[in-house]
Amino acid sequence: MSASDIKTEIVETDLLVIGGGTGGPMAAIKAKEANPGLRVLLMEKANVKRSGAISMGMDGLNNAIVPGYATPEQYVKEITVANDGIVHQKAVMAYAQGSFPMIQYLDRLGVKFEKDGSGEYNMRKVHHMGTYVLPMPEGHNVKKVLYRQLRRLQVSVTNRYMATRLLKSADGRIAGAVGVNTRTSEFLVVKAKAVVLACGAAGRLGLPASGYLFGTYENAANCGDGYAMAYHAGAELANLECYQINPLIKDYNGPSCAYVTGPFGGYTANNKGDRFIECDYWSGQMMLEFWRELQSGNGPVYLKMDHLAEETISEIETILHTNERPSRGRFHAGRGNDYRKRPVEMHISEIGFCSGHSASGVWVDENARTTVPGLYAVGDMASVPHNYMLGAFVNGGIAGADAASYCESVDMAAYDEGYLAAEQERVLAPTRRDDGLTPHEMEFKTRRLVNDYLEPPKVTAKMEIGQRRFAEIREDLGQLCATDPHELHRALEMQSILDCADMAAAASLYRTESRWGFYHLRVDHPETNDDEWFCHTMLFKDEFGRMSHRKREVAPYVVPVEADEMAAYHQLRVKTPVAAE
Amino acid sequence: MPIITQQKSAAVVIDDAKCIAEKGCTVCVDVCPLDILAIDDGRKKAYMKYDECWYCMPCEADCPTGAVKVNIPYLLR
Ligand SMILES: Cc1cc2nc3c(=O)[nH]c(=O)nc-3n(C[C@H](O)[C@H](O)[C@H](O)COP(=O)(O)OP(=O)(O)OC[C@H]3O[C@@H](n4cnc5c(N)ncnc54)[C@H](O)[C@@H]3O)c2cc1C
Ligand code: SF4
Ligand code: SF4
Repeated sequence: MSASDIKTEIVETDLLVIGGGTGGPMAAIKAKEANPGLRVLLMEKANVKRSGAISMGMDGLNNAIVPGYATPEQYVKEITVANDGIVHQKAVMAYAQGSFPMIQYLDRLGVKFEKDGSGEYNMRKVHHMGTYVLPMPEGHNVKKVLYRQLRRLQVSVTNRYMATRLLKSADGRIAGAVGVNTRTSEFLVVKAKAVVLACGAAGRLGLPASGYLFGTYENAANCGDGYAMAYHAGAELANLECYQINPLIKDYNGPSCAYVTGPFGGYTANNKGDRFIECDYWSGQMMLEFWRELQSGNGPVYLKMDHLAEETISEIETILHTNERPSRGRFHAGRGNDYRKRPVEMHISEIGFCSGHSASGVWVDENARTTVPGLYAVGDMASVPHNYMLGAFVNGGIAGADAASYCESVDMAAYDEGYLAAEQERVLAPTRRDDGLTPHEMEFKTRRLVNDYLEPPKVTAKMEIGQRRFAEIREDLGQLCATDPHELHRALEMQSILDCADMAAAASLYRTESRWGFYHLRVDHPETNDDEWFCHTMLFKDEFGRMSHRKREVAPYVVPVEADEMAAYHQLRVKTPVAAE
Repeated sequence: MPIITQQKSAAVVIDDAKCIAEKGCTVCVDVCPLDILAIDDGRKKAYMKYDECWYCMPCEADCPTGAVKVNIPYLLR
């Protein structure tokens, strides 16, 4: 096959949204609401009806700022403290202020949130300081609601196209993107004035302990394409060394889920049945205590519910086994796990990138703008910390509205034809070989090496070996072979994963201190060094095509945080004489 | 190096008696986020073509005849 044998369709739109999971559809919706005349195209690798993290629904909003329970200022403070101070507060504030209006908007569209007898939202406390969790025991219909709204507003949707690279004009503006059909390998070149990236987390970076490539926490379609595309387009990526590592059901690798069970009285316990962390909210410091417990004689770690009343347990089961990850119940049945009889064994996940749960991602400001003109990023792949589902919606909305007005102010940029031709060659290269290496084994090896060399506790010499091994795999790309369009899409994904592995190593080596608890625990730089590293680290491709870094100052806070408040998340271990460290 | 194929167990099972793919149904194939299901050309029934399942279950939830059963992949079980 050569590029000329494969069909290439060229289409033009005003706004292109890449990724139709959570934040992407909301970006498209809010762009259309801002300007119904705008041409909006949503490109999705899977099918918008059932794609992304919320494909089956969601158990709750993990970070809802609801009047009467918390103010945006309190939330901004909590997230600042949970991230050791390295946050762009204006972006967190934009989210916090948009949070309640977005809940009301989703409510009007038909998303079901838990309410009390008088119709008020039934908020629960899971975080260390404030009350931010809003359960959605009937949250199955989120995707249906979004899809209905996309249809109503006449957003164009192209399913089964995987975006591979962004296109830019000579003056550095966004000019569109290249997509490849995952079933036919046909190209779709989209010319656009602005692009919103909403491709989710880099969820296929580390290898799950089970060894099953698709047994990931994240929807496995989210393999890091968004990070790779942003990087190759010259955008800056922030704090990638702040990995995502989650406490999950061992082997199942899904949430257990302490956010749901916590308010009912369930908790994370060690093998003695004792609590060892004061708060189950996911943070780097919480993960550090979790990891220490796993390493100690008190491990493994469990989610404990066997002390709860029968009616409470059946209520928990109904939520956990029917909603966001309904196969949870099937997994437990296979293992003979019964919440009534014994606690559920938990483990620590492989590493990934995801701002939804940690703090790294493509750098965006409070308008969801990246450092490339006309390029936006939202959701799990954008740098707004602890964004979760509601953050993807709110920031998606912010990006959509901002991009709509940006589109009115600019004309269509012309993309570089040479770059497009080179990209088509790169995409098709694995189809030109009759034998060689399969995408599956190259992905497996990359991810196995990510586990071996990049997982915390991070060691400089090990990460450097990792970099050398990734470079060897990069040389082997010349043998990567795809026998059908499905395999080709895996081959392209594998290249995004390798890019992310390189970025994870380089970012981790750049920040020569430890920060964010377990997420960036560097054994040979064990201290937090605020004098040198109280800053964002930015990773980008320089003019010579090299992976480069720079520091970005933390912008002045809009919500001041006192020094003694800043340490709140450092005291997560339960203070008992035995467990005290 | 030449490429070989190796056998795998399919965690997603389709009940041929219930599947109505021969009448044109492709729902499970359409919704799968990992695109691992297909309709067998000869038998005109859905099947799990690639061992790349996230055990998320839209295929089972959306099948109009209840023909799909998602099992946890053996490596995780
Ligand atoms: C198992 C699980 C449980 C969770 N539980 C909760 C919870 O209870 N409460 C909560 O608030 N949050 C929860 N979250 C987090 C929340 O779901 C996410 O933060 C949020 O949905 C992310 O939205 P997104 O738009 O960034 O990504 P997604 O919704 O995952 O969408 C990304 C989309 O991009 C598509 N895509 C990827 N690459 C490409 C490409 N190259 N071209 C085209 N399309 C592409 C994917 O197919 C996908 O549809 C959970 C997440 C997971 C995984
Ligand atoms: S959705 Fe059900 S009936 Fe339709 S093709 Fe799939 S298995 Fe067959
Ligand atoms: S469980 Fe999910 S990934 Fe597996 S076949 Fe069904 S829809 Fe596809």
